[in-house]
Amino acid sequence: MKFHKLLGAALLASSMLVAGAANAKTLVYCSEGSPENFTPSINTTGTTFDAARPVYNRLVQFTPGTTQVEPALAESWTVSPDGLTITFKLRPGIKFHSGVNGFTPTRDLNAEDVIWSFDRQWKPDHPYAKVSAGSYDYFNDMGMPDLLESITKGDDDLTVVIKLKKPNAPIIANLAMDFAAIHSAEYAKFLMDKGTPEQFDQIPVGTGSFSFVDYQKDAVIRFKAFADGWAGKPKIDDLVYAITPDATARYAKLKAGECQVMIAPNPADLPDMKANADINVLEQAGLNIGYYAMNNMKPPFDKKEVREAFAMAIDRDAIIKEVYQGAGQKAKNLIPPTMWSYDDSTKDVEYNPEKAKKMLEDAGVKDLKIDIWWMPVQRPYNPNAKRMAEMIQADLAKIGVESTLVSYEWGEYRKRMQAGEHMTGMLGWTGDNGDPDNFFAVLLGCNAEGKPNGNNIPKWCNAKFKEVVDKAAEITDQAERTKLYQEAQKIQAEEMPQVNIAHSTVFEPISKKVTGYKVSPLGSHEFQNVDIAE
Amino acid sequence: MIRFFLKRLALTIPTFIALMFITFVMLRLVPGDPIEVRRGERGISPERLAQLRHDMGLDQPLWKQFLDYANALLHGDFGTSIVSKSPVLHEFLTLFPATLELTITAMIFAIVLGIPAGVIAASRRGGVYDQTLMGLALTGYSMPIFWWGLILVLVMSNTLHLTPVSGRVDLIKFYYQPVTGFMLIDSILSGQKGAFMDAVRHLILPMIVLGTVPLAVIARMTRSSMLEVLEEDYVRTARAKGLSWTRIVGVHALRNALIPVVTVIGLQVGGLLAGAVLTETIFSWPGVGKWLIESINRRDYPALQGGIMLIATIVILVNLFIDMLYGLINPRIRHAK
Repeated sequence: MKFHKLLGAALLASSMLVAGAANAKTLVYCSEGSPENFTPSINTTGTTFDAARPVYNRLVQFTPGTTQVEPALAESWTVSPDGLTITFKLRPGIKFHSGVNGFTPTRDLNAEDVIWSFDRQWKPDHPYAKVSAGSYDYFNDMGMPDLLESITKGDDDLTVVIKLKKPNAPIIANLAMDFAAIHSAEYAKFLMDKGTPEQFDQIPVGTGSFSFVDYQKDAVIRFKAFADGWAGKPKIDDLVYAITPDATARYAKLKAGECQVMIAPNPADLPDMKANADINVLEQAGLNIGYYAMNNMKPPFDKKEVREAFAMAIDRDAIIKEVYQGAGQKAKNLIPPTMWSYDDSTKDVEYNPEKAKKMLEDAGVKDLKIDIWWMPVQRPYNPNAKRMAEMIQADLAKIGVESTLVSYEWGEYRKRMQAGEHMTGMLGWTGDNGDPDNFFAVLLGCNAEGKPNGNNIPKWCNAKFKEVVDKAAEITDQAERTKLYQEAQKIQAEEMPQVNIAHSTVFEPISKKVTGYKVSPLGSHEFQNVDIAE
Repeated sequence: MIRFFLKRLALTIPTFIALMFITFVMLRLVPGDPIEVRRGERGISPERLAQLRHDMGLDQPLWKQFLDYANALLHGDFGTSIVSKSPVLHEFLTLFPATLELTITAMIFAIVLGIPAGVIAASRRGGVYDQTLMGLALTGYSMPIFWWGLILVLVMSNTLHLTPVSGRVDLIKFYYQPVTGFMLIDSILSGQKGAFMDAVRHLILPMIVLGTVPLAVIARMTRSSMLEVLEEDYVRTARAKGLSWTRIVGVHALRNALIPVVTVIGLQVGGLLAGAVLTETIFSWPGVGKWLIESINRRDYPALQGGIMLIATIVILVNLFIDMLYGLINPRIRHAK
């Protein structure tokens, strides 16, 4: 941009802002990293999703603080009796942001926008399919191309009909995920005609409670309240993301009042935060699981007794204390307590090394030498895999099992574990859509021939388990599905294909002045219902 | 003088080529590729991986990738960042002013405090000033930057509330578009009241943290160089002639003592750019140091190669300039055959 034009714009913008800034409520959120762009569908990282979230909505959304799905852009939907057709009725009168990047919408949201948003990720010949070197990872990872038959307009502009290839209940939860954000087809065309389509992913336009103002690379993202939003005007006027990579610096800013909400505190700072009168530390079990898997296809792990012995030999309380520094809870089920259908009646494995040793002997296992694989990177469900591996190694030595620690670079590690090269090893999972299917079918799933899927790290296949989980994916009645998933949890507890170690706890420290903020089990940070007390 | 300059310039070319080759090879040797390293637990299907690698040109033989890169570089194309999809040069130029502002102020801080400290210590050798200043210099040199930065934030910002914690500007009170990228200049241009002082306040701690090690080095170097010069015969002559001590030290001795100090300053520039990485992380300073570290984690080859080449260019140019300065100060050097 020409210098003097930029200068003029800067002076005008700044004078307007100073004028309006007099009584504006500003919320500053200390985030941990820079977004890659502002279109969720071409990304996979939480940081980028967070940065785009204020601007967009989806057909459905998660009720804040839960994994329950509720209407959003769609005010209602019906599923046909055969489960193959879902008809969404869009809310009338939903407005897109106006004035961003010189774009003024001429119409409200309608079916065309919904179809555009999904076709971009699905159809290779879509005009925007290749823009920003698009790689629609989540759309593909959630299996959408295998599930979708078609997405078309219904009887009127506000009806969208989604036809499926087979019945699938979790797809509704998929539509609440970030990749399913609904864009403005008009804005896309506006930019394409101008010859600058790449700006679509850099300067976002959506229907969200906040409209995009500015992004200064690696420094700050600014949004302002969208007064004409369908959900009503947010209580705060300006939303600012201060990109602060260091956790201690984030806490220092929170203490100094330079930001009011922060992500990912240092576990070491937690006691100080909890003692601080100006800070509220919100906490919740993360939607994740860290586990230690035994390869059921390699003897002696094909024997249930051996697996149970291993589970009993591991001191998980010590692991929670040392590896998670208290920021975690023992996992007795695959799914975390925040997920619906969690079976609290499951009896957890007891820590009993003597009994474990005896069980091993009784199973005829002597002089067992194994490997323990550990991740070289920090994951949300496992802050220090190496330390955990060392502790497990020590625990297993007590029951007479000798082990060596093995690791690879992250991509390599993942590939080899999925290929089943390990005897035992660690991995975990963070939930994508709050649906139990996302845990059970992915992590313990097998194909029609009874062979374990790639993400089935314990390489365990159980016909009854598969039957139950497959059925639960097809029916839509949540009460029925809950019963099926509870049965699945019972089978898993019985067969013990892996040792469920922990669900990490998510801590979100916020200033006491902030009200209405809820921790999302899915790790998102949402500000449309938040207020700051003076 | 011109011949001296041209000779020096010609020597930089093999340096560039070697650098280009070494960074390229080293980056490719690190395990992990840009696509796989960013995937979560789910991983990626072999078909999609092959497709994405092909799209990025990663399935070409290495020698071809290198030649393509070298060719593009010669045409001024530093590549496109895999992560942000924008040209590397553009990313670098957006972020560089922040790093430049930080390193320049840190260097000025180091020079303005370091040289006088060294001079005072040398002229009062063995005394209280000397011992204190050199003790402080040793401490400053030995402290880890990260720790020093966090201590300053804890004390100055959280306890004494004298300085802000991090960032370049108070995000709640001020909002102005960057024009030059230098906050000190942009704050004045914005015309907003208090913006300049706000920018200065945000610069204080990072400047001190980044400038501490160069300060220590410059102080010690000045002192030892000064001590050597003060032993020279012409200084004894000047004293015998009755010139004041201040004039001897400040005018005659200092000019000669500065020669090795100037060299050290040139070498410190490379160290500053490295130290900027840590400082930028602590103070959320949006500069190239932080960007490079993230590019390493994300295996963003074009960003890394481009960034390293650009920074190396700057370091080489600065040292070239220092060599020229050297030649200017000491005529014997520029006339050497």
